[in-house]
Amino acid sequence: MSSISRRAALGAAVGAAAGLAAAAPALATALTDQPGPVGEPDWELHGAGGGHGHGTGIPGSAGPGPFDEVYEGRRIQGRPTNGGGHHGGGAHGGYTVHIDGRELHLMRNADGTWISVINHYEQLHSPRAAARTAVLELQGAPLVPLVTT
Amino acid sequence: MTVRKNQATLTAEEKGRFVAALLELKRTGKYDPFVHTHNEFIMSDTDYGDRVGHRSPSFLPWHRRFLLEFEQALQAVDPDVALPYWDWTADRTPASSLWAPDFLGGTGRSRDGRVLDGPFARSAGGWTIGVRVDGRDFLRRSLGGGGRSLPTRAEVDTVLAMETYDAPPWNSASDGFRNHLEGWRGINLHNRVHVWVGGQMATGVSPNDPVFWLHHAFVDKLWAEWQARHPRSTYLPTGPTRNVVDLNKPMRPWNDVTPADLLDHTRFYTFDTDTDAAPADRTRPAA
Repeated sequence: MSSISRRAALGAAVGAAAGLAAAAPALATALTDQPGPVGEPDWELHGAGGGHGHGTGIPGSAGPGPFDEVYEGRRIQGRPTNGGGHHGGGAHGGYTVHIDGRELHLMRNADGTWISVINHYEQLHSPRAAARTAVLELQGAPLVPLVTT
Repeated sequence: MTVRKNQATLTAEEKGRFVAALLELKRTGKYDPFVHTHNEFIMSDTDYGDRVGHRSPSFLPWHRRFLLEFEQALQAVDPDVALPYWDWTADRTPASSLWAPDFLGGTGRSRDGRVLDGPFARSAGGWTIGVRVDGRDFLRRSLGGGGRSLPTRAEVDTVLAMETYDAPPWNSASDGFRNHLEGWRGINLHNRVHVWVGGQMATGVSPNDPVFWLHHAFVDKLWAEWQARHPRSTYLPTGPTRNVVDLNKPMRPWNDVTPADLLDHTRFYTFDTDTDAAPADRTRPAA
């Protein structure tokens, strides 16, 4: 991804949820988010990419910004897209999330909250919250394209 | 006539036959297409696009028809089986008999959420998760994980008190009975139960857990209770509405059934609690 340099520029990881809360307190307090990584960042144990930046993730009329971080040992990435997703673009709210390079099916609700195929009945306030909640739910398992056999 | 009973009242034999029919559908490959269909709809139903199975007025008739099709598949295996319902306002802990090893089995272990007992545990050999969105092929649950609570009867009653079936914009932002029962707004009933169970039940492939059917049979029963409480309220919208299934519009994937066809559940089954006082021209079958 082209976000390496951007991530490098973003500097040290801070509690992303706290950063988001500072930027948009109304949204951040309205709905559950997962706490940011605690203690020694997991990314140091997964050195290949070396990146540990975090996106601004500031909600607003333009939608959430990109993010790229290692959370609980999984690389989660999100970026705005131009409605190019399957199922007619708008379903995704113009945003794509990947976990270890595999797409997490994402959907934006009318009230601006988000759900994923891993947490489909729980409204989360941002794509990053959806990605982090999915990581916790996956407990290390890989995402797969829909398996039907 | 099919009578849907509270799962807590089932005899050991009724539980055994229900479980056996589920396992037989699974063994013959007739179960997983239901999971696949549900996931297809849940991924494609969107607030500002076509929406049929979820986040729309047809959430209730769509699931009524979906459960009917599933119940008919069970009855093709054993004609005496009916879908039971789980009243999660009453049986609200992991200690409920619903989760005993002779029925659905219990919660998952903490390490990986794997269900270890009951007929649907991976180790029992008859229940491999085929339609899935991650690498795990075993049934998982985390009953009440994160300290969540199931809805109470008082909370249900606040939703049943809502007179209007549904309202513009006919999606997850709507006011009215349907969306409050579905749970995108307000006290949150249906959605919260999916989250309380956890595991596959919290995902788009939620019918992988047999409790899906018992949960939705109770949601369906709450629709019937709402109808009995508000006899002058009707399904809405009644006329053509963009992206939404109106009262007389055929529903995908069947295309031969409308919400209007499904409003009266007694055409298809009754509940163990139905009485002669319920809406007209209905006869309670001999129990």
